[in-house]
Amino acid sequence: MSALRRLVLRDLRLALRQGGDAATVAAFFVLTVILFPLGVGPEPALLQRIAPGVLWVTALLASLLSLERLFLADYEDGSLEALALMPMPLEAQVAAKCFAHWLVTGLPLTLLAPLLALLLHLDAAAYPALVAGMALGTPTLSLIGAIGAALTLGARRGGVLLSLLVLPLYVPVLIFGVAACEAAAQGFAARPHLLLLAALLVLAAPLAPFAAAAGLRLALE
Amino acid sequence: MPEPRPSDPPATGLSGRGLACRRGERPVFAGLDFLLPPGGALILRGANGSGKSSLLRLMAGLTPPAAGMLLWDGAPVTDDPARHRARLHFIGHADALKPVLTVEETLTFWSGMRGGGAPRAALVRFRLGPLAATPCRFLSAGQRRRLALARLVASPAPLWLLDEPLTGLDEEAVEDLDAAIAAHRAAGGCVALSTHAPLALAGAATLALGDYAPTVAIPALDA
Repeated sequence: MSALRRLVLRDLRLALRQGGDAATVAAFFVLTVILFPLGVGPEPALLQRIAPGVLWVTALLASLLSLERLFLADYEDGSLEALALMPMPLEAQVAAKCFAHWLVTGLPLTLLAPLLALLLHLDAAAYPALVAGMALGTPTLSLIGAIGAALTLGARRGGVLLSLLVLPLYVPVLIFGVAACEAAAQGFAARPHLLLLAALLVLAAPLAPFAAAAGLRLALE
Repeated sequence: MPEPRPSDPPATGLSGRGLACRRGERPVFAGLDFLLPPGGALILRGANGSGKSSLLRLMAGLTPPAAGMLLWDGAPVTDDPARHRARLHFIGHADALKPVLTVEETLTFWSGMRGGGAPRAALVRFRLGPLAATPCRFLSAGQRRRLALARLVASPAPLWLLDEPLTGLDEEAVEDLDAAIAAHRAAGGCVALSTHAPLALAGAATLALGDYAPTVAIPALDA
């Protein structure tokens, strides 16, 4: 078994046995989306209008919730130091950890989004664009978030700082994710927006691990 | 940065030349030379804050030296950091254990990350065999330390860097570690460790870090 697969499996095992993070993210997503019909009223036309934005903004905030723990536990118990001294590059390990993070947060969000969309009367034509957009966008959220998590490691009240640092960087994903849903709902092609989301992922996948690994090395010095 | 002088014989093992370390704004040590040949042992001694941990982290490549260079077989380790990481084991203050993973899972993971090894044999060696299926959260401080040290023998590496390895160990475990270090050195490995406890390693060199406090004149180490 390759070392990177071992790292992914370990992170998954930790997430499953500790249970907390993944379940918290999913529960936050569900509860917050449910608050909107309660808050703005049950009028279908209004809910349909705001559905893509609500789903995406809530998904961003939910994925933000778990980011602080991405490296913090490993940092505190010395595992991060030991990982940094493994023969394989830290960048590759960061990428593996991001993938594991996506499996326990981004993937559940992607699967829950169409169910919650029912509640918000999302236009039927927008469902494929919503799921495809989430599937392409949430890995980018994990990758960008890893940079913020690495940079705020060891900082006091790192969680708040992390949100301030990462949320502005999430804006492109939000814009194209929502645009894909709205285009599909209005009968236009969602493809250009989805391609832009894919482009963001293709950019973030090789670059973010380098930035995050540099941040981790600084934290370990 | 002092260049290796051409008159020096090519050193094997780990050596440092003119190393200096700074933590924050505070200089910790300067002008430190050492040689750790294959089969050798180096015991770092000094008061709290004299830079024992800093030197070990520097040897591991976790922090870059403020001055000087670190060499393996005469070549700077910064030439190929991945190879340097592959040849060393660093056991720091933290034990790097996860509360929800069992003893055996922990050791299998860490040896697997280094490309495999013999986690089972390492468990037996550090008398953790009966605890193999126990989650780490139920281990005592000494048992946690033994598990951290078991990583040393679970996958082979020629250079061991141990930061106060004896903390929390009972007499039996100290003997186990002694035996592991002796076997490691007999096989050509080398070890650098910091400790405050009396530890008799045959033929070990001692490096007193207090001598390298930056304000003091710099003596050469006759290792």
